[in-house]
Amino acid sequence: MALLDKINNPFFQEVGKIARFTARFFKEVSKPKQEWEEFINQCYWIGYKSLTLVGITAFIMGLVLTIQSRPTLVEFGAEALLPSMVSVSLVREIAPVITALICAGKIGSGIGAELGSMRVTEQIDAMEVSGTNPYKYLVVTRVLASTVMVPILSSIAIAISLYGGYLGTNLKGDVSWSLYWYQAFNALIYGDFIPSMIKTIFFGFAIGIVGCYKGYNSQKGTEGVGRSATTAVIVASLLVFILDLIAVQIADVLGLT
Amino acid sequence: METSKPIIQVDELNKSFGENHVLRDFSLSLFEGENLVILGKSGSGKSVLIKCIIRLIEPDSGKIFILDQDISLLDQDEMDLLRADVGFLFQSNALYDSMTVRQNLEFPLRRHWTKEEREEKAESAVKEALEDVGLSHTIDMMPVELSGGMRKRIALARTLILKPKVILYDEPTTGLDPITGREISELMNNIQKKYNTAAIIISHDMNCIRMTGNRVIMLIDGKNYAEGSFEDLLKNTDPKVRDFFEGL
Repeated sequence: MALLDKINNPFFQEVGKIARFTARFFKEVSKPKQEWEEFINQCYWIGYKSLTLVGITAFIMGLVLTIQSRPTLVEFGAEALLPSMVSVSLVREIAPVITALICAGKIGSGIGAELGSMRVTEQIDAMEVSGTNPYKYLVVTRVLASTVMVPILSSIAIAISLYGGYLGTNLKGDVSWSLYWYQAFNALIYGDFIPSMIKTIFFGFAIGIVGCYKGYNSQKGTEGVGRSATTAVIVASLLVFILDLIAVQIADVLGLT
Repeated sequence: METSKPIIQVDELNKSFGENHVLRDFSLSLFEGENLVILGKSGSGKSVLIKCIIRLIEPDSGKIFILDQDISLLDQDEMDLLRADVGFLFQSNALYDSMTVRQNLEFPLRRHWTKEEREEKAESAVKEALEDVGLSHTIDMMPVELSGGMRKRIALARTLILKPKVILYDEPTTGLDPITGREISELMNNIQKKYNTAAIIISHDMNCIRMTGNRVIMLIDGKNYAEGSFEDLLKNTDPKVRDFFEGL
């Protein structure tokens, strides 16, 4: 980290600062006396308050994927494989990544703007002078809540998108409720679920830590708050794709694909 | 006053931001029950000085003693405990805008009081602090519903809730109209009398300085340039000192 600071390149210096910020998270989270009340509060805001957005997006995602996939499968006479194809696509890749991107937009920008605003109005300093550790109260709780809630939101998104897929299948076809779910789950193995769940934990952590880093280190007044929120979304979204790429490679090496 | 031991002692403090050397071997002593005003131009390092005292900013060199403790030797927990004795009123008030007035005032208690103490005494402590600033009726309001002067009073009530021995005021009347500014200055004097607190007041509001300051230090070029009562400095013939008092 110190080495990255010495390199006279803003990008590497920023990477060094984020690494140090992340290291502090692990240091603070390992100490006793966590702010559990604030953690529960953040789970409510990050999880429950994102549910409607994630749910609607997931439903449309499942519906559209099914509608658009049908013509190709019909062309090859493989229409019966539609529920299987949709479920594998949604569980392995589409639902976790789309959920993470929605969360990067909503949660990342929300945390970035909130902490940024608190920084420029000296609220974070006020916490410090009152004897409260602002990093523990603000950062640790939000990163933990994001790490816990994004996998839960992703699981809910998978369920809702599969239901959207069922409706999409029946728009131009006739598949019974039980047959659709049988075919959807029959195509899935634990190797589809587990990597998907594990990567959403990392997505949630990345979204939380980037949002907090950008907000906590916000500068230059209201302009800086806006910049913090925007860059939090950009960096978190980019990290979601990078982590997804790494997760796919690891799953491939482990024979889980 | 100055025969007693200082509550805050600052020795040869230095702080730079790049090429900008804002504090140069700056020293001061604050005694019990005293209101010490630091007067200086904008950007002269006044706020940096009190942020160094509360350790929001680390100085480059120099020593700061609060209640006989060298703060550079304290770990984070020890410093947090010491902060219960040092209140800080921010220029921007720094009220937590997602919390009600009651929650704002209760916030400092969570670190310094046990859960049992909070359940037993927090309600009365909040009411007493609000009564001190004359805003008992705002207890369930949000900061956004308050006027600038009311926010300043609530911020002061939050500072008072732990009954600090010292209060650091960062430009307490800046941005307020003259009448509200005078009310805040009177409130600061009332608090000093009621709780016998010592205070360092950062200001360039001459009315506030005249009303509250027992002693004034002029911070010019990062140094303790001149020192004395308000009346002493009014009579000072040094051109740099005169600049501040022109038109009075």
